[in-house]
Amino acid sequence: MGGLQKKKYERGSATNYITRNKARKKLQLSLADFRRLCILKGIYPHEPKHKKKVNKGSTAPRTFYLLKDIRFLLHEPIVRKFREYKVFVRKLRKAYGKAEWTAVERLRDNKPGYKLDHIIKERYPTFIDALRDIDDALSMCFLFSTFARTGKCHVQTITLCRRLTVEWMNYVVTSRSLRKVFISIKGIYYQAEVLGQLITWLVPYQFAHDHPTDVDYRVMATFTEMYTTLFGFINFRLYQTLNLVYPPKVTQHEKLNRWVSCSLQKLSALSASLARVVATAEEEEENQLDQFPADGEDLENMEAREKEQKEQEAQNRLFEGLKFFLNREVPRESLAFILRCFGAEVSWDKSLCIGGTYNVTDETITHQIVDRPDIDKQYINRYYIQPQWVFDSVNAKMRLPVEDYFLGVTLPPHLSPFVEEKDGDYVPPEKLKLMALQRGEKHEEEEDDDDDDDDEEYNDEVDDEDLTEEKNLKKMEDQRSQGKTLAVKVTPGKVKPWETGSVGNKVRLEKEEKAEEKRLAIMMMKKKEKYLYDKIMFGKKRTTREVSEHLRKIHSGSSFLLLLVL
Amino acid sequence: MRLWNELSYFTCWISHQARLCTPPTRLCTPPTRLCTPPTRPGPALYSTHQARPCSVLHPPGQALLCTPPTRPGPALYSTHQARPYSVLHPPGQALLCTPPTRPGPTLYSTHQARPYSVLHPPGQALLCTPPTRPGPVLHPPGPVLHPPGQALYSTHQALYSTHQARPCSVLHPPGKALYSTHQARLCTPPTMPGSVLHPSGKALYSTHLTVPGLIQPICFSTRLLTRFSLSPSFLSQDIRNTVGNIPMEWYQDYPHIGYNLDGKKIFKPIRNKDELDEFLDKMENPDYWRTVHDKTTASDIRLSDEQVDLVHRLQKGQFGDVNFNEYEPSVDFFTNEVMIHPVTNRPQDKRSFIPSLIEKEKVSKLVHAIKMGWIKPRKPKETTPQYYDLWAKEDPNAILGRHKMHVPAPKMRLPGHEESYNPPPEYLLTEEERMAWEQQDAEDRKLPFLPQKHSCLRAVPAFSRFIHERFERCLDLYLCPRQRKMRVNVNPEDLIPKLPKPKDLQPFPTTMSLVYIGHSSLVRSISASPTGQWLVSGSDDCTVRFWEVNTGRCMKTLEVGGAVKSVAWNPNPAVCLVAVCFESTVLLLNPGLGDRLVVSSTDQLITSYEPPEEDKEQAVTWALSEGPEHDNGHRLTLTHPKAVKQVVWHGKGDYLASVMPDNSSNLQVLIHQVSKRRTQNPFRKNKGLVQCVSFHPLRPYFFVATQRYVRVYNLIKQELTKKLMTNCKWISSMAIHPGGDNLICGSYDCRLAWFDLDLSTKPYKMLRHHKKALRGVAYHKHYPLFASGADDGSVIICHGMVYNDLLQNPLIVPVKVLKGHQITHDLGVLDVTFHPTQPWVFSSGADATIRLFT
Repeated sequence: MGGLQKKKYERGSATNYITRNKARKKLQLSLADFRRLCILKGIYPHEPKHKKKVNKGSTAPRTFYLLKDIRFLLHEPIVRKFREYKVFVRKLRKAYGKAEWTAVERLRDNKPGYKLDHIIKERYPTFIDALRDIDDALSMCFLFSTFARTGKCHVQTITLCRRLTVEWMNYVVTSRSLRKVFISIKGIYYQAEVLGQLITWLVPYQFAHDHPTDVDYRVMATFTEMYTTLFGFINFRLYQTLNLVYPPKVTQHEKLNRWVSCSLQKLSALSASLARVVATAEEEEENQLDQFPADGEDLENMEAREKEQKEQEAQNRLFEGLKFFLNREVPRESLAFILRCFGAEVSWDKSLCIGGTYNVTDETITHQIVDRPDIDKQYINRYYIQPQWVFDSVNAKMRLPVEDYFLGVTLPPHLSPFVEEKDGDYVPPEKLKLMALQRGEKHEEEEDDDDDDDDEEYNDEVDDEDLTEEKNLKKMEDQRSQGKTLAVKVTPGKVKPWETGSVGNKVRLEKEEKAEEKRLAIMMMKKKEKYLYDKIMFGKKRTTREVSEHLRKIHSGSSFLLLLVL
Repeated sequence: MRLWNELSYFTCWISHQARLCTPPTRLCTPPTRLCTPPTRPGPALYSTHQARPCSVLHPPGQALLCTPPTRPGPALYSTHQARPYSVLHPPGQALLCTPPTRPGPTLYSTHQARPYSVLHPPGQALLCTPPTRPGPVLHPPGPVLHPPGQALYSTHQALYSTHQARPCSVLHPPGKALYSTHQARLCTPPTMPGSVLHPSGKALYSTHLTVPGLIQPICFSTRLLTRFSLSPSFLSQDIRNTVGNIPMEWYQDYPHIGYNLDGKKIFKPIRNKDELDEFLDKMENPDYWRTVHDKTTASDIRLSDEQVDLVHRLQKGQFGDVNFNEYEPSVDFFTNEVMIHPVTNRPQDKRSFIPSLIEKEKVSKLVHAIKMGWIKPRKPKETTPQYYDLWAKEDPNAILGRHKMHVPAPKMRLPGHEESYNPPPEYLLTEEERMAWEQQDAEDRKLPFLPQKHSCLRAVPAFSRFIHERFERCLDLYLCPRQRKMRVNVNPEDLIPKLPKPKDLQPFPTTMSLVYIGHSSLVRSISASPTGQWLVSGSDDCTVRFWEVNTGRCMKTLEVGGAVKSVAWNPNPAVCLVAVCFESTVLLLNPGLGDRLVVSSTDQLITSYEPPEEDKEQAVTWALSEGPEHDNGHRLTLTHPKAVKQVVWHGKGDYLASVMPDNSSNLQVLIHQVSKRRTQNPFRKNKGLVQCVSFHPLRPYFFVATQRYVRVYNLIKQELTKKLMTNCKWISSMAIHPGGDNLICGSYDCRLAWFDLDLSTKPYKMLRHHKKALRGVAYHKHYPLFASGADDGSVIICHGMVYNDLLQNPLIVPVKVLKGHQITHDLGVLDVTFHPTQPWVFSSGADATIRLFT
């Protein structure tokens, strides 16, 4: 036949992808620069659907990028800057080698730099996009801000990160947007709702880092470079929304203490009363929810929203009017941050750190946060509580009873506020108790009673499962089949008691019928759907198994017998 | 003119020096005119001139200049008078005055040095060795160096006849030969040589004054001595620095420093102070603070009050001498009158008055580069703030296609209760779980960390993998391919097909109501009478039993000569015949149950047979039973050549098909006509192992199921009409819908295939309801029901509605799973059959029972 012979791998998916090495060559960049560019521009590899086709018949493991992405990178002005920098380094090295110090100085003066502003704008065309993606930036900046000047990264980066994080915290305090906090074994999680976006970040505990050797700090530094730029712009915009000037001025207090480290500055900034001007603006906002004529579902939604709003306001004023004093052993920074986010006054010992506004001896202090088994001198008119109270109260959106958090008391478990239990998931009894408390029920119920309730609930839940139903059915079938005897005569069968019996039995019968119906319908499912269904059911069964495992653990010590009864 | 030139040049330089030297620190005494008029009369053209030596110390310690004195008198160049000066350089390096050498035959004599030292503020000794003895003067090396090392003056030439130049070298012991050729001047009068060394060790300048016939130098030196007097104890010691200004570490490893006049070693004072002694000394000795260590002699020197004063003054930046007046009226050293004659007669260079080509070239290069734009003016520094409102103008057009395609990175997973520092106790791992966790690979672990419980916040340690986790997140962000995965977030209930409720599809058998017990082995086959009153069953215990359906009573038991494979009741209600097959025999029985009229008419039908005239050879032998067998109900016996597996009646009740499965012959299916006792083999060819056969209920079609296919033959046309692909591995049973357009096939691989014959040769529906091999399938005659029995011991009743409307597909709904049979020898239900009129189903099982579900 005529016509040109079609060559393989010259059309279709093979031409849409490009391997990493080819991409690197196309861009004329070293691997390190390519990596940096990818990080800055947010380009990531793609997994082709048919790897072998794309790989031109080979099955060797390769990283593929979209050719479109690489073409996009070709137009990036920063690539030129990378090359300029390379040249600069070469020249500088040469000048050093020749000990031409004037040349070195001149080169240094003309050091090529680049800005990431346009990349940020390009990656996040709207502010909300940027805000949505700030979780990682926050966590990274908080991590870098805890680094010591050990040469793992530039000192300027560390100070910049510190500055940005302090600004962020100040924004959160001022806008009262903190929602949830959680003390984990990794660090402290915070969740804030900023302009409708839930933003979660993790702050490590204040310890010196044991820098691992198998971590490439250059990669992290590149990310941080991008993140600090993004973060700064976001801070600017956020401060603007609060009608505040950015960058915020250093308070007089800090100016006096230029020598104090940045972490201290953080604190002092937190304790100082910040931008009271905003308060009026906020009060205005409180009444913003207008009434619209609505009906039906809209009305319901509206009501729900109103209720939510009210709850939110209540939470924001959680600690208002309270006066806290932080003992020296509690993590000042996080606690001061949280307490101030919810309107409390905070102070600490002046000798510890700057920024303490009042003393221990202040009679108006309502709560003193202590993290030691006992304290010598106690004032009678204040509560001495452990720090977990603050965290738990914030998560519960109410001031929890302080009795459980007194000094020396074994603390109740600290639960994650981020877990949202679905049907059939395991709910720790403490959470149930808390939910009851939130609904306004009396806390002073007997413990045993509570437990029983929980157990029953679980029992019901478990009952719902197919598993038990099937078991019941099997039992019944067994009973039926046992009706036979080996005698030749015809023996009268027995009528099942529940078939004619009371209402309860009828209910049972109905249930049984339903179950059978379902089982029969399942038989008629298509193969594909059946597979999917089985998978879902497997997952469900796993969760029930986990629940029962947790239950078993709870009861293994105290009331093993109870479980047997269940 | 030349002179002028040179002089002017000289002045220039001097002034330059002076500029460099400001503020001048003049250590030398107020200028005293030491020189007497020349003693030597003679024809000397150049009379003596008096020099006022003047050494100026430059503060940073550079130029030390002894300006040549101006002379009164006509002689321009007169003899010099040199006076040694030791000038202390501020940073404290010792300045050495070369000692005079001794006259005598020894050419290379050791130096005689009388050290005197001035304490420099930081505490280093300054040694000045005044000449001790008149005699030959060591002339310092000729060239005079300018501080930066440029030779300024040409070597002096010995002008005077009395001078004798003698080389002189000083050897330094550690073998670092320091040769300096001196030119000694032998003058009858003692000379006072002075050489000033630059601190950095470069010989700077040496002034020498020959003062013939005068003892003045000595006086002077004593004066010096008084000025820079050392402690008497020091003077009494006969230790002097004889080595000159050399790095003292050369002598570090030797017990001595230098040599005396006799060539003997001068030993260092014994010094065995250790740190403790030093400390005690520091504590106890009131003069400790004014004691300094002199490296050149390796001795401690206690500074006198004057010296301390001097030090203080120097520290304050004042002149060493109290009486020194720094604001003396300046003296013009050189004449300011412009001389009319040049110093030399050399003509001027050409290059001094034509422009430089090199410079021109350089400039033109620069101009060219600027023109070409190679050299650009430096850009002004950017002044935009680091952060500004980046999203001030949110342009909707800025959202590119890229952004729509962009897959945002998934957020980090939020922590659960188990990550808490104080989790509920049920989240902590038990000992076994912990062990299992530790043994697992990091990727397999369900939790990437071990839950821990801490009693208080204070006890929580740092998380060791924090940076790791952050880093891994970074890697994920830029190395992981992203994909939009459609998460199937379906309610599993929605997946279940919406079927009509079984309740609405009633009637169908729901409960087991009767169990027919009597057989002692597997009941292979059952069949119900067309009236629905009786049931026949054949079993492996070689019996055929007749049961009354309603009561479960066994009406009759017939022993046959082998395990019964199949029984079939004649579907014609006017005939009471049952076909039973065992081994290679098909037996036609008249059970004698039911209407007597029918029974007798059946007997009559059989006996009324008249053999045809010509006896054709048949595949089977027909034999009429007689005697006791006849009484038992046996009527006809058809002896086949091979073992028979199945018998099936045609709907009219006259024809009968028997199956003899055999893979190798074409004699597998035989069709018998009872009324004519005729047998024929419809197939000439073997198409595979025949599993079962069936007649079409209405039309002359014949269904043959081989292992994988069902073939439909037209008996009249004698041809194959259809071949149905069952997609099964091995067909076990088959049933045809009473309407005749649908067919079900049960197979040993747990499937049931429903064929719509009008639709296609592929199954309309495959049902995988059973867990094990299907053994029997059956349609109900009137109700839209079909049943399947399988080895899992269950009978599944399905509603199988076939609509008259050809466009509507059959509706298949499973309505009931009936269980009751016990599984024996891995066999459950072996045969199912429906009651002909009621929605009841019979099933026979391997547990030797027959069950009726109603």
